[in-house]
Amino acid sequence: MAKRIDVSDLDIFYGSFKAVESVNMSIEPQSVTALIGPSGCGKSTFLRSLNRMHEVIPGASVAGKVVMDGQDLYGSDVDPVAVRRHVGMVFQRPNPFPTMSIYDNVAAGVRLNSGRMRKATLDELVESSLRGANLWEEVKDRLGRPGSSLSGGQQQRLCIARAIAIKPEVLLMDEPCSALDPISTLAIEDLIYQLKSDFTIVIVTHNMQQAARVSDRTGFFNIEGTGKPGRLIEMDATQRIFSNPSVKATEDYITGRFG
Amino acid sequence: MTSTTVTPPDRKRVQNSLTSGMLPRWVPPAIVAGILAVGLAAGLLFDVNLMLAAAFAVVGVGLVLTVVSRQVEGARRAKDRLVTVVVTSAFVLALLPLVSLLITVVQNGIERFDGEFLTQTMRGVLGEGGGAYHAIVGTLLITAAAAVISVPIGIMCAVYLVEYGRGRLARAVTLLVDVMTGIPSIVAGLFAFAMFAIFFGPSVRFGIGGAVALSVLMVPVVVRSSEEMLKLVPNELREASYALGVSKSRTVVKVVLRTAAAGIATGVTLAVARVIGETAPLLIIAGSTTRLNADLFEGRMSSLPIFTYYSYTIPGVPPEFGVDRAWAAALTLFVIVMLLNLVARAISRYFSLNSR
Ligand SMILES: Nc1ncnc2c1ncn2[C@@H]1O[C@H](COP(=O)(O)OP(=O)(O)OP(=O)(O)O)[C@@H](O)[C@H]1O
Ligand SMILES: [Mg+2]
Repeated sequence: MAKRIDVSDLDIFYGSFKAVESVNMSIEPQSVTALIGPSGCGKSTFLRSLNRMHEVIPGASVAGKVVMDGQDLYGSDVDPVAVRRHVGMVFQRPNPFPTMSIYDNVAAGVRLNSGRMRKATLDELVESSLRGANLWEEVKDRLGRPGSSLSGGQQQRLCIARAIAIKPEVLLMDEPCSALDPISTLAIEDLIYQLKSDFTIVIVTHNMQQAARVSDRTGFFNIEGTGKPGRLIEMDATQRIFSNPSVKATEDYITGRFG
Repeated sequence: MTSTTVTPPDRKRVQNSLTSGMLPRWVPPAIVAGILAVGLAAGLLFDVNLMLAAAFAVVGVGLVLTVVSRQVEGARRAKDRLVTVVVTSAFVLALLPLVSLLITVVQNGIERFDGEFLTQTMRGVLGEGGGAYHAIVGTLLITAAAAVISVPIGIMCAVYLVEYGRGRLARAVTLLVDVMTGIPSIVAGLFAFAMFAIFFGPSVRFGIGGAVALSVLMVPVVVRSSEEMLKLVPNELREASYALGVSKSRTVVKVVLRTAAAGIATGVTLAVARVIGETAPLLIIAGSTTRLNADLFEGRMSSLPIFTYYSYTIPGVPPEFGVDRAWAAALTLFVIVMLLNLVARAISRYFSLNSR
């Protein structure tokens, strides 16, 4: 199920502005890859290019290759809508559909794609997704309530449940805990740890401890100055990045000695 | 010096910096009552103009309250009181014509607003009796047809502008919609007449022509209001949908339109209410008749505004029956618009609470 992604020479643009330059990276299946770096260095931009969400922004474009299991996601015959079914995404701010109930939010991937499914099968899918997101016990008695009636942390887990309900192979998470309290954060970190056995996970975070706790490999992005493109400075096993990075800038950033 | 308390120099009666003088609750109503009493007394003694008296009363209340409040409560609260008086009187001023209109229409119209009026036509009626059944049916049919034509066009146009439109074409469409908003209703009627006259000759009169003329007026209103509602849908919801592997068209239909549905429903009702009382275009293209015609595509069709107009201008002999019918028809129109607003509320509540 989980798949491997190889990125080569990826440049990412907003109109004529080059936001990210020549990224080469391999993302291992069934592992957690963390992306860290200062604000504005292009982590979100890079992450969104992995499931072709980047091109949703008017004028945005990408050059280079993102190969998932031998298939270039940016190949001319590839349908971006299909790519997104294989590469799911969780956003920084929880964004459940406000007009839908908790149940419908989880079922949204199936329903919106007009996939007909027997009620019993759908019920099972919703339950297993909510269990997978560690939310089932909290909401099983109120599946008909609006998704927006949950707390922020619960909403974020609802969004994770919604993302895993379409059974993607890869799950991208852009600062999924930045709006959450420490307890919800821990719950989501536990969840990431469990999900790792089924999915390939890429997570952007500003929290060094979080990167150290949950990830197997860590990539450090940096930017030379405003207006310059962001670059992948180094990427290695998380332990190595945090104990003995090979680039000075990485060490400075991790230890907080960053200008 | 250990004290860090700052005492405002202009307020002497205050004990510390957080509390200040406060007018007792009864003071503002008492001032209003006092001034009203003075005004009433003056009105009884001398013969004064009502409007003038009201204006003086408002100014008086504002002045007295501000001065008193300034003495007791300080400058900031005095300003607050003054602005409260101004805002309240502006509100009342805006409401007065509306209430007066409502009262006049109900007073004059209620007499003939009866079962006969709602179920009979004017066929063969010269003096007493008769009703506006044919006009009610005509208004409902023409307006419904106008809505059927313009709501899909308007919503699709708004979807295009918000979700797809880029560059020159979108700007052109926006400009055209703006221009359309300013079209005088008589011109819309002439347009419909000129268009249908090409095919059916200059004596053409039918309901659907009226519906087309009304759509010309309705489309820009629907586009504008739907556009605003669609813009309110947060981009995050679109992205959430895309990220689930949902295509753009399905996202627009099932997420964006669904989220904006409550607002769009309200906008559509307002647009209907805007055109349901149009007289000029219907005068030209739908014409007028005394009997029931429920066929939009054939023959003259009466409607409530036209019925009102003719009942008033050509009341027959003796004239009071026609005038009464005119008022009753105006009241009927009022009631229909009220009902429409209720329906809109129900719809928007259904869409916004509904989560099954
Ligand atoms: N929609 C957009 N249009 C144009 N430029 C953009 C857009 N989004 C981001 N950028 C630019 O791209 C660069 C990278 O932004 P990005 O959001 O990827 O940073 P980030 O690393 O995720 O930062 P943060 O940690 O603050 O989230 C920035 O210079 C930003 O100004
Ligand atoms: Mg970001």
